[in-house]
Amino acid sequence: MNNEHSADDHPHHDISKHVRRYMGVFLALLLGTVVTVAASYIPFKSNEVNIAVALAIATVKATLVAAIFMHLSAERWTIYRFLIITVVFAIGLFSLTALAFSDHIHR
Amino acid sequence: MEIPYTVTARPDTGLWNAKIGIWLFLASEIMLFGGLFSAYVFLRIGADAANPWPHGLLNVPVGTFNTFVLISSSMTMVMAWASLKMRKFAQYRIYMGLTILCALAFLCVKAYEYNDKFHHYGVWLKNGEFITGHLEENTPESLTILPDIHHEGRHFWPETEHGAPREIKKADIRRWSNFTPKFSPFFAIYFTLTGLHGLHVFGGMVVNIYFWLPGSKLYRTNPEHLANRVEVSGLFWHFVDLVWIFLFPVLYLL
Amino acid sequence: MEISASPAHVHHGEEHAHEHHDPGFLGKYVFSTDHKVIGVQYGVTGLIFLFFGFCLMLLMRWQLAYHGQPLPVLGPVLAKIFPKEMPGGVMTPEFYNSLGAMHGTIMVFLGIVPIAFAAFGNFVVPLQIGAPDMTFPRINMASYQAFFIGGVIMLVSFFCPGGAAKGGWTSYAPLADITDRAPNMFFTGQTMWLIGMVFLITSSLLGSVNFITTIIQLRAPGMTWMRLPFFCWAQLITAFLLLLAFPPLEAASVMQLMDRVAGTSFFLPTGLVVNGEIVNISGGGSPLLWQHLFWFLGHPEVYVLILPAMGIVAEVVANNTRKPLWGYKAAVFSALTLGFLSFIVWAHHMYLTGMGARVSSFFQTTTILISIPSVIILTALLLSLWGGSIRFTVPMLFATAFMPMFGIGGLTGIPLAFNAVVLYLHDTYYVIAHFHYIVAPGTIFALFAGVYYWFPKATGRMMNEFLGKLHFWPSLLFINGIFMPMFLQGMAGVHRRWYDGGASYDLAKPVLHWNAFMSWSAWLLCVSQFPFILNFFWSIWFGKKVDHNPWHATTLEWEAPSPPPHGNFLKPPVVHRGPYEYSVPGSEDDFIPQGKA
Ligand code: HEM
Ligand SMILES: [Cu+2]
Repeated sequence: MNNEHSADDHPHHDISKHVRRYMGVFLALLLGTVVTVAASYIPFKSNEVNIAVALAIATVKATLVAAIFMHLSAERWTIYRFLIITVVFAIGLFSLTALAFSDHIHR
Repeated sequence: MEIPYTVTARPDTGLWNAKIGIWLFLASEIMLFGGLFSAYVFLRIGADAANPWPHGLLNVPVGTFNTFVLISSSMTMVMAWASLKMRKFAQYRIYMGLTILCALAFLCVKAYEYNDKFHHYGVWLKNGEFITGHLEENTPESLTILPDIHHEGRHFWPETEHGAPREIKKADIRRWSNFTPKFSPFFAIYFTLTGLHGLHVFGGMVVNIYFWLPGSKLYRTNPEHLANRVEVSGLFWHFVDLVWIFLFPVLYLL
Repeated sequence: MEISASPAHVHHGEEHAHEHHDPGFLGKYVFSTDHKVIGVQYGVTGLIFLFFGFCLMLLMRWQLAYHGQPLPVLGPVLAKIFPKEMPGGVMTPEFYNSLGAMHGTIMVFLGIVPIAFAAFGNFVVPLQIGAPDMTFPRINMASYQAFFIGGVIMLVSFFCPGGAAKGGWTSYAPLADITDRAPNMFFTGQTMWLIGMVFLITSSLLGSVNFITTIIQLRAPGMTWMRLPFFCWAQLITAFLLLLAFPPLEAASVMQLMDRVAGTSFFLPTGLVVNGEIVNISGGGSPLLWQHLFWFLGHPEVYVLILPAMGIVAEVVANNTRKPLWGYKAAVFSALTLGFLSFIVWAHHMYLTGMGARVSSFFQTTTILISIPSVIILTALLLSLWGGSIRFTVPMLFATAFMPMFGIGGLTGIPLAFNAVVLYLHDTYYVIAHFHYIVAPGTIFALFAGVYYWFPKATGRMMNEFLGKLHFWPSLLFINGIFMPMFLQGMAGVHRRWYDGGASYDLAKPVLHWNAFMSWSAWLLCVSQFPFILNFFWSIWFGKKVDHNPWHATTLEWEAPSPPPHGNFLKPPVVHRGPYEYSVPGSEDDFIPQGKA
């Protein structure tokens, strides 16, 4: 399908360069956890803000894991296609079920 | 008969088979946890006066610790794979061993947390009062509860103070239960989500043990193949970590 | 579930050595990793389940036509096996409900999906793309085994105290949550149903991962995407539907299992009253949540039922009209659109749940949109007939009948897309007729077409033509005799789950006489299947022997020997052209195989 440079055939010195990046991500994840916990004790204007902040940090952390640990930052389009479809459907599942509450008659 | 592209990538897709397989599997896992998360959202939005959505029922320091454990295991996992790629087998053994150790630690902590919850009780009285605490005594006519003392606001460290024992007549009780799934929608989804997640941790751990000990023999004949396999189990492992990254704030903090 | 879904174990050392020895009977037919054997295993098991599910319906039809009367002949036997459910050979309402729920479940999850997707997909897809096998043969075997266990659990559930699941094939909460709670929650029909579903879902998950990877990775050189036979496209899209739509139902099944076994209230609202008493539960759940998660699977599932059928019909039609498939590209893109849209129409099954007008309008719109690609595919098939010199072989008879039958089913779905109409038609026999026209004379006819068409590939022998026609014509007649009157009953307002067929309701009086007519049609339809059963077994041993390409077909599977050996092709195939090069002007034969240079 497409012929870019493969993520798998890095020569070995390349991998050792990656190792530093892995450590960086590890530290970022630890820090992110501390920030999430701390932020949850800050009384923002409303609970919704707390939720938004925590989910935003979680999304950043998850993106780091997916992009670096799972090598998604340099993956093939076949895989991206799978994931795009999946995420679209997952969002559909979330939003459409929640939409049931947008009317006053629910349950 | 040999199946092509088990170790080397197919030129036009640039991928070997298992890489596609595991990502498809993870896609379905996204939908599986997605289904449960959407149930969480649904239950939470729909929480009513009889079952208001609770806050602060879980032990935040313990949860934070477990998050650290799982994040560390993700790091050691990726390092195990990198070690194989650099053909450093001894280092692979160490990192993989650490990953397994972290998984074990995570499960033990989780078991401790579950056990702690099972020993906590909640009682709804017919007059609308709601009491939580430890159960002292349970007779056919009455319960004796050591009630929790709640302070205003949110606390990082769990509150462990108890008030004086209180005897409650069974006739006055509308419903009582310990903190098990049936206690409330919150505990239902908490135990279901973390239980399923725990099963995944357990499964991943078993596979990793296999690659750590007997499966690692493959290194002698085909180190690249072993690296590929470890990458596959690593992808699964990181996904399990990724799910926890969302579970932790959603269940413990918000 | 766990990482064992990765191919990590596929080449497990000892197993590998094992493969090179003579596998013996068990290794060859029971624990085989060969995609063709697994395909046949799925096919035969699926056909048996299909027939079993059909028999459940035949029992129900007695009750509908002659309610309250003891069943002739079978009655005393059933009274022995199920003394509580069939006292004196008369069906109790509970047993009727069990039969209904299990008929739906078995037909959909143990009959059609395993045959349409797993059997034909396993057998045909690797051959059609020129692959030696599936990418993950051992996972493929595990998929069949999970399916088999799931099926056995479903069957065993009939012998649970209280009988099999009674909540309909949709297992709506709160009914399904609270039925048969005593004496023991675990060994009850509904709990077994849920556990069985978890196995079946796992099975199709393993299958779909395998299918998608195989189609992406193991296409022969030259097999580009636009040279892929339409059948493979249909299977690829079906695999995606199974992969992504099933997990939410797995989540929902786990939650319902928790509701039943651990006493949670995922689907039980606050203040639920059963038999005049408030149930001792926390409440706070929502029955609507179950419906959302169920139909999130449920609607894609109906396309899982129809897409492989369309694929089979496309192959058979192109082969027997000796013409390229009309609008191949349009059909492929329609199928892709269909797959995508099928994920966002699910709540058209829930118009009457009070989920609100805004959601309703959204789903109404998407439902109407989805009928467009369905019509495009049907049109492509119909126009393919135009100007062809049609060979009315047995597979072609079934494939031709598929088109108007699917057409009736699809067109009667369109009124159902509008929530105002559904106010009247929901849960009536009209809905039953709508989807049965699609699934029974539609999909099942297509499956028969597939069996007749690929039988010579699997066995090296043809099925008998006369018996085939003796199977086809009565089947076509009687199947319409069953389902056409259902439209009339439905429009008169007869509810789909009335245990006496409507006898106790005044509104059903004018259409009540159809009940006996439909029941007799059903029993005669059963009789019409005997030529097929006879034909199937007779032809395995005594059918006319044929060479590798008896139908003069173009696609790759016909280049392998019949039956294909382990590893499939004698020399690795290379693809030089599109899938349907029939009657190409200037060529000496009226077909040019894909592999011909
Ligand atoms: C062509 C466009 C289609 C439209 C617009 C359509 C629309 C609908 C709607 C709105 C319902 C819900 C009716 C109700 O419960 O009140 C329904 C039920 C159903 N449809 Fe379709 N449908 C279409 C095609 C299909 C196809 C291709 C299948 C495949 C097998 C199918 C299978 C079913 C089934 C199984 C049900 C009943 C489910 C149940 O309640 O048990 N439909 N359809
Ligand atoms: Cu639908």
